[in-house]
Amino acid sequence: MTGTDTRDRTVGLELPALGRLRRRRRRRATVVLAGLVGVVAIFALLSLSLGAYRISVDGVLRTLIGQGSGRDDFIILSLRLPRLVAGILAGAAFGLAGGIFQTLLRNPLASPDIIGVTGGASAAAVFALVTLGAGSLGVSVAAFVGAAGTATAVYLLSWRGGLTGYRFVLVGIAAAFMAHAVLGYLLTRGEVREAQTALSWMVGSLGSARWPEIAVLATLLGVLTPVLLALRPALGLLQFGDDTATGLGVRLERSRISLLAIAVALAAVATAVTGPIAFVAFVAMPIARRMMRSGAPVLLPAALVGVLVVTGADLVAQHLLPGNVKTPVGIVTAVIGGPYLLWLLATAGRNHGSVTRIT
Amino acid sequence: MLTSLRAGRGEHVGQDVTQSGRAFTMGRRLFGLLVAVLLLALTVFASLALGSRDIALPVVVEALVDRDPAVNDHVVIWELRLPRTVIGLLAGLALGLSGGLMQGLTRNPIADPGLLGINAGASLAVVAAITWLGIGTTAGYIWFAFGGATLAALLVYGIGSMGGDGATPVKLAIAGSALTAVLTSLITLVLLTNLQTLERYRFWQVGSLVGRDLDTARTVLLFIVVGTVMALVSGRVLNALSLGDDVAHGLGQHVVRDRAVIMTATVLLCGSATALTGPIVFVGLVVPHAARWVTGPDYRWILAYGAVLGAALLVAADVLGRLVAPPGEVEAGLVVAFLGAPVLIALVRRSRLASV
Repeated sequence: MTGTDTRDRTVGLELPALGRLRRRRRRRATVVLAGLVGVVAIFALLSLSLGAYRISVDGVLRTLIGQGSGRDDFIILSLRLPRLVAGILAGAAFGLAGGIFQTLLRNPLASPDIIGVTGGASAAAVFALVTLGAGSLGVSVAAFVGAAGTATAVYLLSWRGGLTGYRFVLVGIAAAFMAHAVLGYLLTRGEVREAQTALSWMVGSLGSARWPEIAVLATLLGVLTPVLLALRPALGLLQFGDDTATGLGVRLERSRISLLAIAVALAAVATAVTGPIAFVAFVAMPIARRMMRSGAPVLLPAALVGVLVVTGADLVAQHLLPGNVKTPVGIVTAVIGGPYLLWLLATAGRNHGSVTRIT
Repeated sequence: MLTSLRAGRGEHVGQDVTQSGRAFTMGRRLFGLLVAVLLLALTVFASLALGSRDIALPVVVEALVDRDPAVNDHVVIWELRLPRTVIGLLAGLALGLSGGLMQGLTRNPIADPGLLGINAGASLAVVAAITWLGIGTTAGYIWFAFGGATLAALLVYGIGSMGGDGATPVKLAIAGSALTAVLTSLITLVLLTNLQTLERYRFWQVGSLVGRDLDTARTVLLFIVVGTVMALVSGRVLNALSLGDDVAHGLGQHVVRDRAVIMTATVLLCGSATALTGPIVFVGLVVPHAARWVTGPDYRWILAYGAVLGAALLVAADVLGRLVAPPGEVEAGLVVAFLGAPVLIALVRRSRLASV
C-alpha cells in the first residue's frame, strides 16, 4: 500500500516520467519545509512578545540581537525564551521519536505514549515527586531513568532471536499498563495536593523548563540528528518489513537497535524536560506525510510538525484560553491534535491518506 | 448469568463437532474450559473465605448454607465478601467478553476497553457528575459512566465510519485512541482546577470492587445479560469478519449491521463493568489472548473462555489485593495490571500469537 514513489526512490529506477515526478516532489518538499519554518518563526515571535507585559516585535528582535532595554531583556531572556526553546526542542524530539517508532514498527499506534516509554517516565517522575519529595532536577532525572529503563526492559523482553513489530508493541503495552498502575497507586496514596502537582507534570508543560535541562536536550538533538540522517535510508527500507529490508541489504538488527535507541533517548530526554506532552509524537509523522504526500519516512518535516504543534499549542494555552489557570500545553495538544487526527481519518478513504497507510 | 453462559457453550460445542470433528482440538478446548470453570469456582470460594478477618473454612461453608445473622463471621461473608465477589464476577465476565469482541471487531490484538474510548467516555462523565452535580457514590456514578461510555462509543463508531471505506478496523482503533486522548485531557483539565473532584476521582479511577452493594449490581444486570447473549451469538459473525470484509460479505454477512451489533454488545458489557468498578484495564486485553492460546482463532470459543477467565481473573486479583498489604488493601484494578502485564509478556514471548 505504500506509494510507488518510495520504492522508485530507494531502488533507483530511472525513467523520464519518474524524473519529472521526483522534481515535482522535491519542489513540494521545499515549499512545505519553508512554510513550516515560516509558521514556527511567527509562533516564536508571538510567544516572545505576548504576555501580561506586551513587547513589540521590534523590541523582541532588538533584545535577541543584544540591544534591548533592561526590562525587555529580563522578561524575554529569563522568562519567555526558556519556555519557547524548551517547546521547540521538545516538539522536535517528540516528533522524531514518534516518527521513528511508527515507521520502524509499522504501526501507527506505536508512539512512545503507547509502548510505555512516557508511561515509565511518568511513573518514575511521580514516584520521585510524591514519595521522595524530589525537586525539578530530581524529577527530570527520574523521568529519564524511567523512560530508558522501561524501553530497555521492553526491548529485552520482546527480543526472541529477533524482533517483530507486534511483539514489541504488545510488550510495550504491557509495560505501559504497569506504569499506569504504578501511577494510579501513587496518586491514591499521596496527599491530594501532591497528586495535583504530579498530574500537572504528567500532562506536560513548558513552564518548569530550566536552562541546564534545556541544554541537555539541545545537545542530544545536535548529536543525534546527524546519526539519524545517516540511518534514514535504512529506516526507509525497514518500513517494508524485515524480509524485504534484509533482501535489500539492510543490516537489520544493528540499524533497528540504533534507531530505537535514538527514538527512546529523544522521547526520554524530552519527557524529562517537559513531561509527556500528549499526542505530539503520535500525530507528527502522519501529518508530515500528508503534507509531503509521501509514503516514505519524512523525518525533518515530522520534527518541524512537532515543533509547530507544541509552540502553537503553548500559545493557545498561554494566551487564548480564559480563566486564571495556567493550562499545561499537553492539554491543548491533545484537544487540538485529537480532532485533527480524527479529521484525517474521516477524509482518509477518499484519497488514501497516510494514516491508514502505515499499518 | 451462568445459565446463559452454559446454554451458549452447549450450542457452540454442538456446532463445532458437526463442523470439524477434530477430536484432539475439541478435547483440548473442552478440557481447557473445564479447567477454567474449576479455576473460577476456586477463586470465588477464595474470595468468600480470605480477607483481613480470619474465618475458618467450615464457618465459611456454614455461612453459605445456613446463614445466621447473629454470627459476625456470617455477616462479614454475606454483607462484605459476597457483594464484592458478585461485582467482580459480573464485571470480569463483561470485560473478558468485551475484550474478545473488540479484538475481533477491530482485528487488532491490542484492543481493549481503553482503545475504543469507552473508558475515557465513562471517566469524563463521572468527572462531570462529581464536579458539577456533586455526586459522590457508586450508585450515583453508574448512569453517568454508562452514558459516557455509550456516547464515546457512538462517536468513535460514527467517526470511524466516515470517509470512503466505512468503519475499518484500523480507523476504529485510531478514532478510539484519538478520542481517548482528547477526553483524557479534558478530564485532566477539570482535575487540575478542582481539588474536590480529584480527591474523589483518583479513588474511582483505580478500579475497585469495594463499596458497591448488590443493588448496584442489580441495576446493570439486565445490560450485562443482554450484552452477554449478544456477544455469545456474535462468535460466528466475528469468525467471518476475521477473514476480511470482502470474504465476510461473500459469506453472506451484512458487514455494517454486524459491526453495529458487536459494537452495541461491547458498549453494554464494557459500560456496565466500568459503571460497576471504575475503569479496569487489562482484563479485556489479556484474557482473549490467554483464551486464544488454548482455543486457537475460533471466536465462539474465545468468547466463552473470555467470560469465564475474565471473571476468574478479576475476582482473583481482588483476593490477592486483600492479602498483599494487610491490614490495607490494593484495589483490584491495580492488581490486575500488575498480574496481567507479566502474563501478557509471557504469552507474547511464548507463542506466535494466533492472528486476530
